[in-house]
Amino acid sequence: MNAHSDALYDVAPPRRTFAHIRTHRVLASVLVLLALPWLIPNQSVATNILIYGLYGVGFNLVFGYMGMLSFGHAAFFGVGAYAAGILIAQAGAPWWVALPAAVLVAGVLALAMGLLAIRTRGIYFAMVTLALAQCVYFLVYQFPLSGGENGLRGVNVAQVHLPGLTVDLLDPTAKYLAFLAVVAVALLAVSRVLASPFGGAVEAIRENEARTRACGFNVEHTKLMAFVLSGALCGLAGALAAIHLSSVAIESLHYETSGLVVMICLLGGMGTFFGPFVGAALFLLIQDVFSLWTEHWQLYAGAIFMFFVLFFPKGVWGTILEKTHGR
Amino acid sequence: MDGITPQLVALQLFTGLALGAVYVLLAVGLSLIFGMLTVVNFAHGAFFMVGAYAGYALYQVVPNFWLCLVLVPLVVAAFGMAVERTLIRPLYGRGIDYPLLLTFGLAYVMVEAVRIAFGKQGLPVDTPELLQGSADILVGEFPLYRLFVIGVTVLVLAGLWLFIEKTSFGLIVRAGARDPQIVRILGIDVARVWLIVFGLGTGVAGLAGFLAAPMQGISPEMGGSVLTVAFVVTVVGGMGSLVGAIVAGVLVGVVESLAVLFVPEAAKVSMFVIMALVLLVRPQGLFGRAGLMN
Repeated sequence: MNAHSDALYDVAPPRRTFAHIRTHRVLASVLVLLALPWLIPNQSVATNILIYGLYGVGFNLVFGYMGMLSFGHAAFFGVGAYAAGILIAQAGAPWWVALPAAVLVAGVLALAMGLLAIRTRGIYFAMVTLALAQCVYFLVYQFPLSGGENGLRGVNVAQVHLPGLTVDLLDPTAKYLAFLAVVAVALLAVSRVLASPFGGAVEAIRENEARTRACGFNVEHTKLMAFVLSGALCGLAGALAAIHLSSVAIESLHYETSGLVVMICLLGGMGTFFGPFVGAALFLLIQDVFSLWTEHWQLYAGAIFMFFVLFFPKGVWGTILEKTHGR
Repeated sequence: MDGITPQLVALQLFTGLALGAVYVLLAVGLSLIFGMLTVVNFAHGAFFMVGAYAGYALYQVVPNFWLCLVLVPLVVAAFGMAVERTLIRPLYGRGIDYPLLLTFGLAYVMVEAVRIAFGKQGLPVDTPELLQGSADILVGEFPLYRLFVIGVTVLVLAGLWLFIEKTSFGLIVRAGARDPQIVRILGIDVARVWLIVFGLGTGVAGLAGFLAAPMQGISPEMGGSVLTVAFVVTVVGGMGSLVGAIVAGVLVGVVESLAVLFVPEAAKVSMFVIMALVLLVRPQGLFGRAGLMN
């Protein structure tokens, strides 16, 4: 990771500029995201990249860093969206209640799902998380406050009041910047966690679970903690999505929303800090470009995804990092 | 709870058996492929859907149900083998997640391709004339076609069991599931065995789709929900166990049907409750071997 270990092992040292970027990865990520609305013409797409990027960051914690493939993260994204949506639309709660509540609810759900799913090993994990998320879909569908098939409407947050500052969310650029502030806080938290001994244990589980256990780490505990953290982040992304769209669709809990984040993570680069944002941008680009001339854009999305699995499993950002000796 | 007679419960039990039969066929294929290749086939539901559509299209050309019943599994199996040979084989030895991710992408492509070919709307499928109507099964009248589905399932399972337990090829399959490396050292072409097993598993999934079509109609999305059920059944029964797939498939089908009768609002969640209970008590599944997945 640092200059020392690079000198110890027979690895080419990272270029100096790149090493700087790595040590300030949160700052670098936020700066790139800050420029994003001016790089792409559509503000709404930029906001979506932000939201799905954050969703990917949360998912990446379990998939990329811990090496466990979950197909049930739509449950956290969707439940976060519904928690924030119901609080805002039906209880009239302010954003500073809705966002933490969404994080909390998604985190508690992740704890419940994690307690069951962590009991299984390896490949079972993907199947069990998928099934449990489907169960959550049915439960929310029948939940009286969720609006069932019609979803939730009227999740309106027009203004955000801070001491000495009022942000008008009806202005797309102001909305983007407000969301970016939330994402920046989340990225800072993720970066701190990854740099901590706990983050080391998470990555150790990916590399060799048996050895991690033999070293005295509580593997089950670490897995569960990472899963909860991941779910909470995805819940935050869901809450932002609810505010962005002023509504929550039942599809946000659907199996395809779980699949979406798997695609985003793999296309961008699993286990990389900024990869999920690259993946989200790439996925939305594919969706935008192909749906211009065919309604069957999913055919191309699926084919491109298969191409990446076969030939670029490290994703766009992961491959770039590898080429520049970053990782 | 008024109006629920023992007779009604018995009939619903049989409905659950027919439902379970389709689940069993799906889970057996999934389990077979996993036990042998350690590949979780996320496109299994899509193969199920392709089987239903292949039957629909084939019936336009050869309007003979019995011929279609034989041809559809063969067509889907051939397609499955082509997929294994070209797309999945390059991924062996690259970690257990990659074939899973690939088949996940493949399911996307298959669903969209069917949408292009047959349209987004679902289509109704007629029950063959000979199997319309109902039969008296002592507790009451029961749709003949559902009895037929149960019968075909029993025959297919018996055939599979004989194939795996009593033929020399089946011996290779069982040995390959235990230790592919030793089997390869003994001079057996394991790649060919895997190809055939993948074809077998997807062919059975195609047959399940074909059989389910007259009961529920066909739509490009029909594979999605069924994939979840197949996963639940495999987790409950234990991955790689044929007996487990059969017991769990029937269990999930029957419990779901009875739940429709007694607690309709919980019917869709019932299978997840079973799965959660099994995971708490026996994480490796009812008939799974402990440590298979380590």
